[in-house]
Amino acid sequence: MAQITLKNLAHSYLPNPTSEKDYALKEMDHVWQDGGAYALLGSSGCGKTTLLNIISGLLRPSHGRVLFGDLDVTDAATAERNIAQVFQFPVVYDTMSVRDNLAFPLRNRGMDPAYIKARVDHIAQMIGMEAMLSRKAQGLTADAKQKISLGRGMVREDVNAILFDEPLTVIDPHMKWELRTQLKQLHREFGHTMIYVTHDQTEALTFADKVVIMYDGRVVQMGTPEELFETPAHSFVGYFIGSPGMNFLEAQVEGDRATLSDGTVIALGADYAAVAGQIGIRPEYVSLGDEGLALTIRRIEDVGRHRLIRGEVLGKPLNVVLPEGVAVPASPRVSFAPQRINVYANDWRVAPRSPAERAA
Amino acid sequence: MEKTQNNRAWFLVIPVLILVAFSAVIPLMTVVNYAFNDTFGSNDFFWAGLEWFDEMIHSERLHGALGRQVMFSAIILAIEVPLGIFVALNMPKKGFWASFCLVLMALPLLIPFNVVGTIWQIFGRVDIGLLGRGLAALGINYNYTNNPIDAWATVIVMDVWHWTSLVALLCYAGLQSIPEAYYQAARIDQASRWSVFRYIELPKMKGVLLIAILLRFMDSFMIYTEPFVVTGGGPGNSTTFLSIDLVKMAVGQFDLGPAAAFSLMYFLVILLVSWVFYTVMTNMDKEAK
Repeated sequence: MAQITLKNLAHSYLPNPTSEKDYALKEMDHVWQDGGAYALLGSSGCGKTTLLNIISGLLRPSHGRVLFGDLDVTDAATAERNIAQVFQFPVVYDTMSVRDNLAFPLRNRGMDPAYIKARVDHIAQMIGMEAMLSRKAQGLTADAKQKISLGRGMVREDVNAILFDEPLTVIDPHMKWELRTQLKQLHREFGHTMIYVTHDQTEALTFADKVVIMYDGRVVQMGTPEELFETPAHSFVGYFIGSPGMNFLEAQVEGDRATLSDGTVIALGADYAAVAGQIGIRPEYVSLGDEGLALTIRRIEDVGRHRLIRGEVLGKPLNVVLPEGVAVPASPRVSFAPQRINVYANDWRVAPRSPAERAA
Repeated sequence: MEKTQNNRAWFLVIPVLILVAFSAVIPLMTVVNYAFNDTFGSNDFFWAGLEWFDEMIHSERLHGALGRQVMFSAIILAIEVPLGIFVALNMPKKGFWASFCLVLMALPLLIPFNVVGTIWQIFGRVDIGLLGRGLAALGINYNYTNNPIDAWATVIVMDVWHWTSLVALLCYAGLQSIPEAYYQAARIDQASRWSVFRYIELPKMKGVLLIAILLRFMDSFMIYTEPFVVTGGGPGNSTTFLSIDLVKMAVGQFDLGPAAAFSLMYFLVILLVSWVFYTVMTNMDKEAK
């Protein structure tokens, strides 16, 4: 097991990349702590799978280095890296029995048969397939096959990391929950570094200690679910995490005040250097009442525990989460909790000034 | 509701019936007719019963031809199937060279049989052929017209040249259908090259490979034109396969009765083997489910 370091890493699928646009992965420095459970979250095509394949060695990065611990493995083959990877679609060896499928990675490494048997039985129990061990893998359902793939990924104890590339896409919702819980348990038990790629935020937030958000070939933020929710580092994180995503309004920020396009002044919870950008506020922290900005309501969705109000403020869409039992006023106005407002310039979050900076 | 009964609809089947009758049933029945009768060519038939079959089953000439035929099919299958797989595995997967290889591989398949025969007939000639002269210059005593082994070698190499492409192209199609993730998973699992072939590529190729084997078996078992053009069945009888022998008997010697009995048995053998193949294939599919 080892800490995985990506140094000045970048990748382009083109032979001669010229502009930044040609890169599937933009240059990045990133460290995956040993034993961490990470979720790699982002929309389709943002470079998640590319990054994963670079770590596992299926792909050689066009720039930069990959280090396991202190060892440079950029040019090492997949087999030497001792990594397990589970793919989006089930990969099973059809002609083998379920048992042989699970034992395959161990046998290829010449492990002791008694150990293999014990290990396979343990994994089979974990994925709930003890009854099917001697069956042929061919003709099993997609989720049974994917469970075998997962099992094959977890069967080796000594791996440096286990990478999951959207492994639960084909599995039905109930089983998804179950398997995710098992993965977490496995993580606690063995402490493998796990990187879990997904585009489903619930999956990411429930699985991981640290969530890494990728956008357009870049890691835009790494943090705990709470950090991602409260202080998104990039407007994409604001949009992507939470449902619905963060609201953004154009604003001129100076000190602890933001001036909107119509001149309305909004109080901020911290002090900022002068900047023209946006303020971002979660729909959960917008309250509906008789004071503040006039809201034009477009639609109200009842989602059970609360209601979602989709409307417009100053011509920009704005969503409000309304707790149960609160009535919608006749001429609704919205106000924001100052502490919960974040400021963005060019899509990146602007950190508040510390008192020292303010003095200077 | 009462169903409309209109039996005139059966008339619509007539065109197909006529077509099949003239293209298959009547010619076949003519052969059957010859097989059970003796005739002297003037449409006078004398009932012969199973006499011709009896004669043919015990004919050493037929046994010889059948033996050579089985050996020929076995040898070309033993060469073409592994070679075809090997070629398919080594063909580029995409890009310009993939298309180039495909066209190149398809070329021999487009050449008419008798042209293939003529090409090799001339190619192998000791007096003017490139292969014949070349081997002679290397000091190898090669002459397919009077050495049975040379004749066999020529006929087999010719068939391999002509038909390995078919096996290769079918296998290539099978290989192309394997998603990249399988190879990636194999690398993660540290599978050897042999394991990748044995557990990923071969199972995915199995279906097309069986079809390739069936096609190659049937074609080689019925082969006529190419060896006939090259060796004419010689030297002696050494490359006289079933078809060549049959034509000699029916057209050359005009022994219509024995030839008809011969061809019926020939037909039944091919039918039987194809049926066995088909059954094995469908059973394999069933097992899968």
